[in-house]
Amino acid sequence: MTLLPALTAQARAAAHPAPGAAPCGCDEPATPLADRPDATVVRHADTVAKAHAPGTDAAELTLRLAVAARLPDVLLPPLTPAPAPLQDRLVTFWPYGAPVDPDDPDAAPWEATATLLARLHLTTPPDGLPPMRGPAKAARAVARLRAALRPEPHPAADPVLAAWAALPAWARAEAPMPGTPALCHGDLHLGQLVRYPAPGGPWRLIDVDDLGTGTPAWDLARPAAWYACGLLPPDAWTRFLGAYQRSGGPAVPASGDPWPALDVPARALTVQTAALALVKARAAGRPLDDVERAIVEACARMAPISPQLASADRD
Amino acid sequence: MHCPKCHAPMNTYNRSGVQIEQCSGCRGVFLDYGELEALTQLEAQWSKPVPPAPPVAPQAYPAPPAPAWGAPHGGHHGGHGHHGHHGHHGHKSWAHMLFSS
Repeated sequence: MTLLPALTAQARAAAHPAPGAAPCGCDEPATPLADRPDATVVRHADTVAKAHAPGTDAAELTLRLAVAARLPDVLLPPLTPAPAPLQDRLVTFWPYGAPVDPDDPDAAPWEATATLLARLHLTTPPDGLPPMRGPAKAARAVARLRAALRPEPHPAADPVLAAWAALPAWARAEAPMPGTPALCHGDLHLGQLVRYPAPGGPWRLIDVDDLGTGTPAWDLARPAAWYACGLLPPDAWTRFLGAYQRSGGPAVPASGDPWPALDVPARALTVQTAALALVKARAAGRPLDDVERAIVEACARMAPISPQLASADRD
Repeated sequence: MHCPKCHAPMNTYNRSGVQIEQCSGCRGVFLDYGELEALTQLEAQWSKPVPPAPPVAPQAYPAPPAPAWGAPHGGHHGGHGHHGHHGHHGHKSWAHMLFSS
């Protein structure tokens, strides 16, 4: 049996745990929510089963699940405390939460997102929690770009790789992150928010795969990068940043210019986004679209301007 | 102070920068010397025709700061403009980016 039907069976079993129960008569069939190389996610009724990326470390994932279980006001709590093996993958079970409507990004809960992040960042990380994996993800995206360029170079790749090379080692996952380690999500975007209980409950963060200790500005850096690249309107950025500051979030100063703290992670996430856009465009044999070009152009503007090292402000 | 008419205590309010006293009992209003003229002047200013709008409507609030490598419109620190890329990209065209790693 391939992964998807096996995972579907597990989601159904978790949704109807009574032993020897009759075949379920749910109106809704199991729905795959995602089927990517790094994660397969299936929903059945109010239960979601997630098969994590191949090679996921069981002990680290268990520590990350424990954080979610301990912070139900911030993170969606898992249904089970430890991952279960399925074929060569680890599976976790979650209650279903209602996501942000991708067709209505104007309805994005910027304030709620910022408040959840501030709450997360203010929580003392448990002992033994591994580092947040944001920089590692950026490095992986650049490695994928380099691999995609091997058969044939891409003219837009040079500024992206130059911007990557200009980043400090920590942002390239080659050195520990600077500053006091905070509890971080590690991969924040609008797909990482659900209302629980669905459909009208409070917003919660999902996906603990990259959660860990690190520089909290990384979690603000994707919206920051979208804003810097001219994609996110200033008012949405102001709402997000303002709500984070009002909630006492430690990643940026409570007032004044947040960019000394945001600059390096926002550069890294811009490079990551540009690298993945180039990989996708190359794989599809299509040119970059307007938005992807705007991201690559931002990378081109980075190279001559040396990054404001966040650590320089702290020392 | 107390109201000259009903002797109830009077409260001070600020109306467009002019201090006025209002009686907590009969609601009567007491104006000091010059205050009536000041209010009349303010009223005249309000009813003046609105000056013509400048050719480019200024943004109500200054744009928040952005990094020097940000989208071009000046490109200077803290001087992130608002007439550049913002709004040029339809929501749909970049919405997918909001939802993926």
